[in-house]
Amino acid sequence: MTDERIQRVTMPKWGLSMKTGKITEWIVSEGDAISPGDDLAEIDTDKIAGTLESTWDGVLRRFVAEVGADAPVGGTIAVVAPAEVPDAEIDAVVEQARAELASGAVEEVAGPVPGTADVHGRSITYSSLGERPETVLLVHGYGGDGNSWLFVQEPLSAEHTVYTVDLPGHGTSTKDVGDGSLDGLADTVLGFLDVQGIERAHLVGHSLGGAIATAVAAKAPERAASLTLVAPAGFGARVNAEYLRGFASATSRRELKPHLTALFADPTQATRQLADDLMKYKRLDGVDRALDTLLGLLLDGDAQGIDAAPLLERVTAPLAVVWGREDKVLPVANAEALAGRVEVRYVDGAGHMPHMEKPNDVVAAVRDAAKGA
Amino acid sequence: MAREISYREALNETLRQEMERDQSVIVMGEDNSGGAGSPAGEQDAWGGVLGVTKGLYHQFPGRVLDTPISESAFVGAAIGAATRGQRPVAELMFIDFMGVCFDQIFNQAAKFRYMFGGKAVTPVVIRTMYGAGLRAAAQHSQSLYPLFTSIPGLKVAMPSNPYEAKGLLTQAIRDDDPVIFCEHKALYDSIGEVPEESYTIPFGEANIVREGDDVTIVALGRMVSVASEAADQLASSGVQADVLDPRTTSPLDTDTILESVENTGRLVVVDEATPRCNVATDISALVAKEAFGSLRAPIEMVTAPHTPVPFSDALEDMYIPDAQRVINAAKSVVEWER
Repeated sequence: MTDERIQRVTMPKWGLSMKTGKITEWIVSEGDAISPGDDLAEIDTDKIAGTLESTWDGVLRRFVAEVGADAPVGGTIAVVAPAEVPDAEIDAVVEQARAELASGAVEEVAGPVPGTADVHGRSITYSSLGERPETVLLVHGYGGDGNSWLFVQEPLSAEHTVYTVDLPGHGTSTKDVGDGSLDGLADTVLGFLDVQGIERAHLVGHSLGGAIATAVAAKAPERAASLTLVAPAGFGARVNAEYLRGFASATSRRELKPHLTALFADPTQATRQLADDLMKYKRLDGVDRALDTLLGLLLDGDAQGIDAAPLLERVTAPLAVVWGREDKVLPVANAEALAGRVEVRYVDGAGHMPHMEKPNDVVAAVRDAAKGA
Repeated sequence: MAREISYREALNETLRQEMERDQSVIVMGEDNSGGAGSPAGEQDAWGGVLGVTKGLYHQFPGRVLDTPISESAFVGAAIGAATRGQRPVAELMFIDFMGVCFDQIFNQAAKFRYMFGGKAVTPVVIRTMYGAGLRAAAQHSQSLYPLFTSIPGLKVAMPSNPYEAKGLLTQAIRDDDPVIFCEHKALYDSIGEVPEESYTIPFGEANIVREGDDVTIVALGRMVSVASEAADQLASSGVQADVLDPRTTSPLDTDTILESVENTGRLVVVDEATPRCNVATDISALVAKEAFGSLRAPIEMVTAPHTPVPFSDALEDMYIPDAQRVINAAKSVVEWER
């Protein structure tokens, strides 16, 4: 019988379609002590590259998957155990794990479960991961969808039931954004919580989703257990209007791709795959109109069209704010508007997408806000 | 999980969604509903020889028309209906049979917009099946899309997978010009991710299937998956291929092809059509003329030989370009020295 102190590090499931991942770098070495939150490995999927964060505590005794090797989601890629567990026992587990990888006999991992909810007569799609008493709701930004939280949803699911939702006009939700008002979008999110029977949630919003989450917490303070804002819209006046208009109007990958580099600190993150996925979204019937309507909400001339500061005054829940130092869409200077209210967490090496570029910082912010609740 | 369906199902879903969206969309062809005159209940048994229109007959009464076995008549009827405000989708079983309706297609449909000062539009789609590989011999296996590509006034789409099939057919139906929509018979059962919602893929925009700096491989229709397989194997020997799927041969996304060759300096075109005056020669001529200074090696074309498609299984297998031939061609241009 295997020592219960031996834990298997498994290939994570980032997003609904991920089936295998390739380790491009082990950040830790065999023999290193690791604890939750440590960066363990760089992993490449057919969609995206990311960093595997430890949820394990102990000594990383042995790698099972070598750099460059593909492993199925759920496959054991390393073995963690306290130093006192004898090598022979570790060897046995490694051998068994290698045999599983070779034969493909890997247990299917429960990734995010997709679903569709009828909210006020409109179809809203979502995903959920984890089964814990407390709920986190992740609200994406303009032109994004629930998948943009893939690096955040998984680690948070250890302690929470974590929902992503596709806003109207986005993902696979209805493309009818109604009047495109902040109030209307907040009502949709509240309606979603109602339909799912979620009384309170830790609200997390990125960019436009940050303004929406703020509006939800202002409208229904009893529903917001905490509020985490990631590069939120609605604070300060500055905005990269050229990016927003360019994103909305691009009809081909060639037109779109140059705009996408504005999203990241590292422009190489604006990959062909990202541009492809976004074009697949933008080609859907009704998306043009939805993006155009929401552009009217986001912009007032070349300045921000939303002022969420008065809404935030009504929010009583614990608050955390995360902002990428190199944000080229909603410049980090906007964070000054929040300085009196909260200590903004500035993230080095991140642009407008800290939840993709530095997901651990966003995960930590959500956890801290939740603990304050 | 994004939904996965077959190429056949993607086409069927597109027809259904477009017929729901627009009353003027009608479907016509041989055996589209299983054969008029067959006993009640069996009318929908087949859904065209390819099974693509299955289920539509009962869902859209009066809008799925079975026609006599006369391509010249029903293709002409579809073109005529298009000039009078309908959006017909005619199914012409095999592209090989197109010969009997050349006047309707080449000399009528393709010309109306131009001869009537832009006042006439002909929003007709002719769906047709092409390609070898099903042991259907010389008269049912040809890749004749280059003929249509050469006629101004026609648009020619060649979906290479289920996602492309739905987006390109939606665009074809909504397009105001006549479109020859070429479906490869070996692709109907191929599976891929396809959104449930409607979407359009614009004509004249190539898909970059894979990025690489060593050689550009342009492939059409079914040859896209052959080229991708070749590119996978090339990558393991250190050769990174840029694989382009033009999606439509008319209009052709010349910019993307030229930009790629300007980067790689090497071109392989994979075209299942016979080698004289096909799309491979057309793209090769384009690159030789417009990007000559970028070329670091001669252009290679991987095509069928200049013969009818053989009936012998063994010969047919040799006839169709395969991944190994693409690999050989790519290696020859990468390793080429003056």
